[in-house]
Parts: sequence; C-alpha cells; structure tokens
Amino acid sequence: MIEAHGLTKRYGDKTAVDGLSFTVRPGVVTGFLGPNGAGKSTTMRLILGLDAPTGGSVTVNGKPYQRHAAPLREAGALLDARSVHPGRSAYHHLLALAQTSGIGRSRVDEVVDAVGLGGATRKRAGGFSLGMGQRLGIAAALLGDPRTVILDEPVNGLDTEGIRWIRSLLRGLAAEGRTVFVSSHLMSEMAMTAQHLIVIGRGRLIADTGMEEFIAAAAPSLVRVRSTDPAALAALLRSRDVVVSGADDGALAVSGLSTDQVGRLAGAAGITLLELTAQQASLEEAFMDLTRDAVEFRAPTTGGAQE
Amino acid sequence: MTTTRPTTPARPAGPAAQRVTQARVIRSEWTKLRTLPSTAWSLLAAVALIVGVGALYSLLRVTRPPSDPAAVAGFDPTAVSLTGVQLAELAVGILGVLLVAGEYATGTIRATFAAVPRRLPVLWGKAVVVGLATLVLCLPAALAAFLVGQSILSGEGLDIALGDPGVARAVLGSALYLSAVGLLGLGLGALLRSTAAAVAGLFGVLFGPQLLAGLLPAAWSDRIYPYLPVPAGVAVTAVQPDPVSLAPWSGFAVFCLYVAVVLALAAWRLGRRDA
Repeated sequence: MIEAHGLTKRYGDKTAVDGLSFTVRPGVVTGFLGPNGAGKSTTMRLILGLDAPTGGSVTVNGKPYQRHAAPLREAGALLDARSVHPGRSAYHHLLALAQTSGIGRSRVDEVVDAVGLGGATRKRAGGFSLGMGQRLGIAAALLGDPRTVILDEPVNGLDTEGIRWIRSLLRGLAAEGRTVFVSSHLMSEMAMTAQHLIVIGRGRLIADTGMEEFIAAAAPSLVRVRSTDPAALAALLRSRDVVVSGADDGALAVSGLSTDQVGRLAGAAGITLLELTAQQASLEEAFMDLTRDAVEFRAPTTGGAQE
Repeated sequence: MTTTRPTTPARPAGPAAQRVTQARVIRSEWTKLRTLPSTAWSLLAAVALIVGVGALYSLLRVTRPPSDPAAVAGFDPTAVSLTGVQLAELAVGILGVLLVAGEYATGTIRATFAAVPRRLPVLWGKAVVVGLATLVLCLPAALAAFLVGQSILSGEGLDIALGDPGVARAVLGSALYLSAVGLLGLGLGALLRSTAAAVAGLFGVLFGPQLLAGLLPAAWSDRIYPYLPVPAGVAVTAVQPDPVSLAPWSGFAVFCLYVAVVLALAAWRLGRRDA
C-alpha cells in the first residue's frame, strides 16, 4: 500500500510534482502513466525517500519508507536500469544489497534464476544490454520478497519475450497480494498489464481510476455505418439524440448507439445499409487527449493528436 | 543455471529481508569494496609505492651518506625508509574517494539508499572497511619498507633497529596515517559527490595549506605550519622530531580531527540532500 497526500517536489523554481494525492492498493497492478517529464520518476524517488518532498507526505505500508526497520521487506524498486557499478559483477551487486538486510546467498541465486539472468551474473554489469540491466534491476527489486514492488518503466529495452514475461510477472506479484506500482509512458503497454491507473501530467493528478472505467470513459466506441442514403440515415439517427458525424467516404460515425440498435433503426425505416462496424477509438489516442494540455515537450510540427 | 523462467519468483526458502543493522551494512560495504577492480589497483599502488619508493630513496641516501656531524645526528633512517608513505597517501585517498563518489557517478547510490534509507550507516560502513583495509595492507607494507630500507642503509652503517625508541611507533604510525588519509578521501567523496571534485579536494587538503603558509610572513607561517593537516599527520611517521612539528601522537590527533570534521560535514549533508 502506497499513500501519497499532497505530495509536492520543487527543484528551484521548477515544480516536478504538484500536490499529488493517491493510494496504490495491494492485490492489483496499478499503472502510473504520464508523458515524459510528467513527474513519474520523481514521485517514485519521493516514495522511497531518495528525494525529500517539498511538501506533503507519502507512506509505504503505513510508514514513511525510511522509518521501516527492514525496508527491503516492505518495498523493492527498479528505479534506473543503470543503478549498477559497471565494474562489479551482477552477482556481487545483488549480494551487497542483500547483505544490508541479512538476506542469504541462496535468495540471491533464487532471484537471479527468477529473472532469467542465470549465467550472466558473474560478468561485469557494465557489459550488460539494456534488457539484461532491466532484469538485474528487477532481481534487485525482488530480493527482499517485498510487500510492495515499485518499477519505473520496466519494459524499456526488453524484447517481446521479455515484455510478455514482465506482464505475467507483475500480474503474478499482484495475485500474491502484493502492491504493484509500475510506471510507463505507453498507454498500450499499461492497458495490457494494469487493472488500475493513475495518470499524471506536469506533476498533477489527471486520473485515478480503474482500467475498465478509463477505457469506457476516455475511448467511447463509435459505430461506422455506410448506407445508400446517408442523409436520411443521419436525420433518423440524430432524432434519437445521438452524435452523428460524416466521414469522407460517405460513411457516418455514430456514438451512443450499438451496432444492433443502428441496424434495427435503419431496417425499420427501410434504409439499406452497406456497412455496419463497431470501432473502438485507440487507447493511445484517448490517453493523448487526456494529457494534451500536460505534455511538457512537443515537436513543433505536432498540432494535435493526429495519426 | 536453469533456463526455465518461472512467471513469479519463488518465495524465499529462508527468512526474507531482516532489519538493517550497522554490522550488516559493514558486510555489504566490504563486499562492494572487494569486488571493485579499482580497489585492488589503488591498494596495490599504495603497497608498491610504500616499499618501492622507500627502497629507492634508501639506495639514494646510501650513495651520498651524511658527512658532517650535524647531518649524521639529524639523519632519520626510519623516515628515509618510509618516504613512500608520502606518495602512497594519494593512492589510498583516491581509493576512499572512489568508494563513494563512484556510487554517485554510476547511480549505484540510489540502490544503496533504497536498501539503507537511513543512509548514515552506509557512510560509517564505508569508513570501517576503507580504514581497516588500508591499515591491514599498509602496516605490513610499511614494515617491509622499513626492513628493506634498513638492510640497504646498513651498507653504510646508517641503519636503525625496530626496537629502538620511536621506531616501531613510526612504522605503525605510517599505516595509521595512511588509513586516516583513506577516510579523508571517503569524506571528501561523500561531501562533494563527484570524483573529479573530490580528488581535487584531496590534493588541495594534502598540499594546499603548506603552499599557502609559505606565502605568509615567516613568523606567522612557523606558528601555524605544525597544525596544517599533513605536517601534523606525518609527525607520527618520523623518529627524529622536527623542531617545529608537534609531538608524534598530538600531531596525529590533529590530523584525525581534520578528517573527523570532513566526515561530520559529509554525514550532515548526506542526511539532507536528495540522492
């Protein structure tokens, strides 16, 4: 369980995190979503006490993280895949972290096997690929068998197999009753993994909602319908108090009715339909709509959320 | 070495994470120290400098032995054989710098502080392992340098025995002094966080004050010189007392005070700054 209350962090005159309040509950994967520079990594550092908040507070399992006597049992974190000395072997990196909390070598071997690093752990971490670095960071996060797992952009640099592995790992950890808090700037990735979403932009909370509610609210389904008489069909549907807009090829985009309803209405009015399809607006588009005002860096050519 | 990838990691067979204690953090820091390639290099360099430079300087002095009675009386065979300590201090100081500044440079410090969020045990743990590792390696090295040097100096009958007054103290003091310089490097690394800045700071503390004191009027500089870090610290490594220097152990105590101030500042900043 992670609870943030009015969490604020300013660096000089720049506000990275601005009055964030949210709760991350155990048993589900909570996605932490926001554009680059939204304050996700800063928030995670604040949770772990690496940075001190300018205002507000945050607790992990009921206490500020620094106050726990056995911190690695409370939370394990992947903050930056490169939080490793390149000259030290992966095994010794993990061993040194384990020893701070009296965790034995057998547990180091367990997490190494669990993340699939196997034989690479005796090599210097400096020679690791980004994907191996991520696996090493995840191994470090799992060392203490923590009740709360915090992962910052864990899929970065992973191949397809690795991404699928992360998804099942996260769901498995949540199913064991742990709190799983994972950040990403990719909505599509979150949609496949997370059951709950916390969306921030420019350090402020934009949404704190279940994944299904988010999808339903942010991406209303459209029905695309083409007929021999678009004008008559449009008039018919508009009388039903639904939003109808025309497409270039003479098709209509209808929101607020299902395909079944559109088909029955057209049939009753004797209008011939040529095409009737349900279309889901992409989640990525919905996410961009939501955070459009909160994007910090934008290429000058991008006028809006086209494409 | 299995290739299977369980979807969730096995629950630990033994007990999970236990409380963080100072003893556990020392063990962790010892693992970090011994698994860094730069540790071996800097300690090897320190030992080689202590023994090698001591032997070289002894050879040099034996070819030009002191002739007039005053020079013979002032000749300190122990100090001659331990000349290398003055160079080895750079190697151990840099070892101390790297052990902490290296963690900031690579980002390891975030993993370290996530495991030990109270932070200060990390600084004390590093201090214990740097201090002990330096002492344990430099004491035999200083003894070897002394023995090699005396056997060279004995060619001209200039040698001294370990049992003579102050000699054993100077050998032990050399190792203690180097150990303290290692802690000074550690403190500077933790205070400044950047390897380059901390190495520059180390050179500054070790050599700067003497240079600046030389610019002062002689009456002033003679008075403050014995209290400058290195002149105070090396008092414990000489048998023949320099007329202006402090007594051996008082000088070493003054040097330790400088180191303690740097470590205290580092500890104070460590608790306050964002990692």
